[in-house]
Amino acid sequence: MIHVESLHKKFGKNEVLSGLELDIHQGGIFAILGPNGSGKTTLIKTILGMVIPNKGTISVMDSLVKNKWKYRQDINYLPQIANFPGNLKVRELIEMIKDIRQKPSEEQKLISLFGLEPFLDKKLSNLSGGTKQKVNIVLTFMFDSPLIILDEPTNGLDPLALIRLKELIAEEKARGKTFLITSHIMQFVEEVSDEVVYLLEGEIYFKGSIAELKIKTGQTNFEHAIAAISTHNKHD
Amino acid sequence: MIKILKYSFYDLMRSRWSYVYFLFYLLLGFVLLFLNNELSKAVITLMNVIIVLVPLIGTIFGVMYYYNSKEFTELLLAQPIKRSSIFLGQYFGVAGSLTMSLVLGLGIPFALYGLFESNAIWDFSLLLITGAFLTLIFTAVAFNIALSNENRIKGFGYAVLAWLFLAVIYDGLFLMSLIVFEEYPLDSFSLVATMFNPIDLSRTLILLKLDISALLGYTGAIFKQFFGTNLGLVISICTLLLWTIIPVWRLGYVAKRKDF
Repeated sequence: MIHVESLHKKFGKNEVLSGLELDIHQGGIFAILGPNGSGKTTLIKTILGMVIPNKGTISVMDSLVKNKWKYRQDINYLPQIANFPGNLKVRELIEMIKDIRQKPSEEQKLISLFGLEPFLDKKLSNLSGGTKQKVNIVLTFMFDSPLIILDEPTNGLDPLALIRLKELIAEEKARGKTFLITSHIMQFVEEVSDEVVYLLEGEIYFKGSIAELKIKTGQTNFEHAIAAISTHNKHD
Repeated sequence: MIKILKYSFYDLMRSRWSYVYFLFYLLLGFVLLFLNNELSKAVITLMNVIIVLVPLIGTIFGVMYYYNSKEFTELLLAQPIKRSSIFLGQYFGVAGSLTMSLVLGLGIPFALYGLFESNAIWDFSLLLITGAFLTLIFTAVAFNIALSNENRIKGFGYAVLAWLFLAVIYDGLFLMSLIVFEEYPLDSFSLVATMFNPIDLSRTLILLKLDISALLGYTGAIFKQFFGTNLGLVISICTLLLWTIIPVWRLGYVAKRKDF
């Protein structure tokens, strides 16, 4: 599904990704974890073509992504910070994205799922952070694409919306979708993900299931296991 | 690209500032015609306003629009759209709506005054064409500056400086060099120096078209010899085109390589 080979990216002098290798197979939920500034968002953005790597190749569904844009038709992306043009209404934004993607969409179902009907005619600049995130989720899930990338999807969500989101993820997974998720909420990661990819200092430090991670670190609790690999590395 | 252009254009059409800009020209047109009572004189006064104001508005609108639509741009970048289409679409949206405000705002009063029966129509058309070029050029320059500067304050400052340089400082330097080197033949130098500044080029083009080059003395004669001919006109238009194409091309080039 996704194949990343010796990926390097520097921002000025700051080397964010240094020779990252990654293989993601089709189907299943992959959690990309790592401390702040470990390059999770940069990795996701290089896959999307928003950040241009210095070296290395990325292919999505067997085609190289460099200077391409059509492959993004098969990706649904939830950005970390929901920044929308403030002078648009929610309804207009949804219509606009539909117009750009030109794909069948099922926004009605999602709008009622997250209870967004009262906000449809409000301007995006007047919405609260959590409501914006719900709009963000609707925009991400309304198209049927094989790859779904979620950057901090739980940001600002209330408990009910969080439950709905988990259901939605499970539903899409059952339809054979591949997920890449980053999150700092370990409980959420443990609940939804099949496999964990742990990034540290621009490289993959660990890749495997949660059970394997627990065995490797000798911890029984997932959160502690993640903390253990972060500190373990510092002693090296 | 057309879709992005459409959305940017509609977005601007709903903004108050497009109307303010449009109404300003509308008012200016009516007032000038009322005061001058003659089309060709109004055209000259109008030229003096357009030559300074159009670049300034293009610069400010370009920078402001780029920074204000940053969120929109980031949203679009994750969609299946070509990068250059996003930026070129936005650019043409801004430049297009500004040009429309200019052409309609000035066109309506002049048309009502009987422009089509008068022989000032060619002068007036040239004025609008150079106005459109100046909008395209300075919006493109502004977009380039904004794209290269993450910091809004810096970007805004550089853009205004660029306008100030081309509108005011360039002329000052030009005049000083003419005084300093007055013992040398400066005909070709001044011709070339005029070509390198789109504002000067537009001004010269219109002045010569208006047949008031006699006011410029000997230099005017030289200029008339060059710009007054068809060849001069073609070269001038080509230079204005180059002034448009190069920044637009750089816009696409830089946008392709930038990280978001």
